[in-house]
Amino acid sequence: MRIPPQLERIWPSMPVIGALLFTSVLLLLFGASPLESYAAMWEGAFGTQAKLLSVIAFWIPLVFSSAGLLLTFKAGLWNIGIEGQIILGSIGASWVALNVDAPSYLLIPLAILASMIAGALWAALTGLLKTRGGVHEIFGGLALNNLAIILTNFLISGPWQPPEGGTFRGTQPFQDGVLLPRFADSRFSPLSLVLLVVAYGLVVLALRNTFWGLKLKALGQNARSAFLLGVSSNREAVIAMMFCGALAGLGGGVRVLSWFDSLRQSISGGIGYLSLLVVMLAQFRLLWVPLIALFFSVVLNGSITLQLRTQLHSSLGGILTGITVLFMLLFGDAKRLGFNTLSEEDDDE
Amino acid sequence: MRVELNNIRKSFGSVHANDGISMTLESGRVYGLLGQNGAGKSTLMKILAGYQSADSGEIRLNETLTQFDSPAAALRAGIGMLYQDPLDFPPFSVLENFQLGRREGIFLDQKTASRELLALGKRYNFDVDLDERISNLSPGERQQLELIRLLAGGANVLILDEPTTGISSEQKQQLFDSIRKLAREENKTVILVSHKLSEVQELCDHVFVLREGQLAGKSEIPCPMDKLVKLMFAKMPPRSKRPAYKFGQAVLDVRDLHVETYRLRTENLNFSVRAGEVLGLAGLEGSGQDLLIKALAGLLTPKSGEVLLRGEDITRRPFHQRQRAGIAYVASGRLEEGLIADLSLVEHMVLSTEKPGFLVNWERAGEATQDRIAKYQVVGQPASRAKQLSGGNQQRFLFAMLKPALKLILMEHPTRGLDIRSANWIWDLLNKRRDEDTAIIFYSADLDEVIERSDRIAAFSGGVMSRMVNAAETSVDELGHLIGGQQ
Repeated sequence: MRIPPQLERIWPSMPVIGALLFTSVLLLLFGASPLESYAAMWEGAFGTQAKLLSVIAFWIPLVFSSAGLLLTFKAGLWNIGIEGQIILGSIGASWVALNVDAPSYLLIPLAILASMIAGALWAALTGLLKTRGGVHEIFGGLALNNLAIILTNFLISGPWQPPEGGTFRGTQPFQDGVLLPRFADSRFSPLSLVLLVVAYGLVVLALRNTFWGLKLKALGQNARSAFLLGVSSNREAVIAMMFCGALAGLGGGVRVLSWFDSLRQSISGGIGYLSLLVVMLAQFRLLWVPLIALFFSVVLNGSITLQLRTQLHSSLGGILTGITVLFMLLFGDAKRLGFNTLSEEDDDE
Repeated sequence: MRVELNNIRKSFGSVHANDGISMTLESGRVYGLLGQNGAGKSTLMKILAGYQSADSGEIRLNETLTQFDSPAAALRAGIGMLYQDPLDFPPFSVLENFQLGRREGIFLDQKTASRELLALGKRYNFDVDLDERISNLSPGERQQLELIRLLAGGANVLILDEPTTGISSEQKQQLFDSIRKLAREENKTVILVSHKLSEVQELCDHVFVLREGQLAGKSEIPCPMDKLVKLMFAKMPPRSKRPAYKFGQAVLDVRDLHVETYRLRTENLNFSVRAGEVLGLAGLEGSGQDLLIKALAGLLTPKSGEVLLRGEDITRRPFHQRQRAGIAYVASGRLEEGLIADLSLVEHMVLSTEKPGFLVNWERAGEATQDRIAKYQVVGQPASRAKQLSGGNQQRFLFAMLKPALKLILMEHPTRGLDIRSANWIWDLLNKRRDEDTAIIFYSADLDEVIERSDRIAAFSGGVMSRMVNAAETSVDELGHLIGGQQ
């Protein structure tokens, strides 16, 4: 059986459709109306301007880290440490927010720069552990994720605790000058959207048109041949990790500077792990990444309203995303389901 | 056990690996199976050991027609094969490894297994330390354990595939003693697959020689070396009709080089290659020529010695620095080492460019690729992915990626898989590089190619490099002796 080209183009959306159908069956089993539930979810995501802005504000850091992961995945690296890189980005921005006294037009660029540097250095650690120490990036990344969480907890209950006493809740609110200008009293900052468009454009350019992007691609597909063709695998691996870390860190910075106004516990909210799923789901289709991220953002934000509206728990959003991922793994390799994809067609010699 | 092979045939695509081979092997004897690479030795033995099935032909064990569908089935019928790379589990202890091969119940019976293992070790004079990790053993010791495993499994016919590669000479003597004992005292049938004439002479009672998938001849041992050499190697190939060329100064000097891997060691390498010269390395695969090429390329770090490129010491320079210094390396595995299956030809060409700049001009790169693949007669488009090319075209494309003005080109099996016309074309282009003072060192499984394309030839045997011979004056006899390990 051969997949027609039209179908192949929308193949990445198949898991989403499959998951929606599957979840509908689940809802029916629980005696809830799927239509009503999805309507509530839609309402929760797009019902009011505030809700829509919230969806976008959540989406922005998610796309930042997804953009970073495009680079590392291209190079064949499993950057599970992305979660820690987001957290370190938050910490970097918080350091500027709590320690630097400057006018806003200096403070904001400084905070953003600090978040990128912190994320990049944290990612470089994973890269160096891999290339110098032989520690696989998955294990190095997981360990550094835990360290990043511990570091946050230490900071908010220790050196950066609010004057009224240390709790594990967070630092005191930042000075106003460092917060990104927000739109209509929401958590959405247009400035972060501008940064995102620029960053995403640069990533696309790097992957499509630069020599560096080509090296990453070669490395990810066959490290041995890439080496023989002159690509220094260790160096490129560390650099790819650092760029990814910088983007993830920027996402973390946006999170403390606009979504919150202080450094909190579990600051990343699982955005890092979510972005891994986004990029895997998109399978390197660059334009699909923002769309899939948007889908996740809609589902997760929408399910909060779902709980208020119906008796169903908001974890339905989690179930829906989880099942999407399972369907993605199932549909991801079309060949395994017995289809010939278009791209394999011309390989027969 | 008496083993009869009747008219065994096996083809891989259009290649007849075994083209109607018949032989009879009696109990209590040691047989040698000789032949060049690709003569069909391994294929024949894998068929006998149940690793693959023949297209046609029959196997009779003690007059009974037999068929195996797996190595385990062959071992149950009494046939065991000892591979060059031992089939053991390095993280296991010696005892655990042995137990894995035994038929154990649900619970492991440590006591019986260890008693059995120690008894077998004693019987064949092998030191067995039950608790040692396999990964800490030498290749020779691992081989002994494998042998014990096969014997404990009930093997009456033992096939040993190049068993002396990579083991010390004491271990070799120990192995040979055990083999003699197995044949004389326990009436086992032993087959020694080898390319070392001296070993066959030392150990075997009979020898079968394969050439190009057929039985070229058989003989009792002892027999004159000349006879075996003539059976192994076909007649002299035509000499190349290359224009005479005056070699320039030395491009490469190798002094007392010592290269070693866990399998093999090659040392005391001393030679020079001059500008415009082609040095061919003969020898059966894995005899040390690959170590030399990899050490020169910078992929293996030598234990000691010096490598000078135009007088400059590059012994410790890594691969990429040597690449920039003008050394090119063409590996034997195309899609594993050299090409990237899913990358297009343009992308390959850009990657192999010296200083491509930050942004890639895909249009211009596409045109350059088009020119290059036309020159090298690659059938494909710049946008074709590497895996879409046929094997021969992949090989031509590897050559198309070679940079201009190289000092030294290192090649493994340069024209494997190419037809004569393409091979000639590739060599014509390579020979043109003499005008740029490029030197070439290559090895090939195809002895004809080595003789035809080289200026000088050295042969490798068990890690020892022979003296250099002049390609225009040597004979198949002389080379056969050198490849067989005689100086």
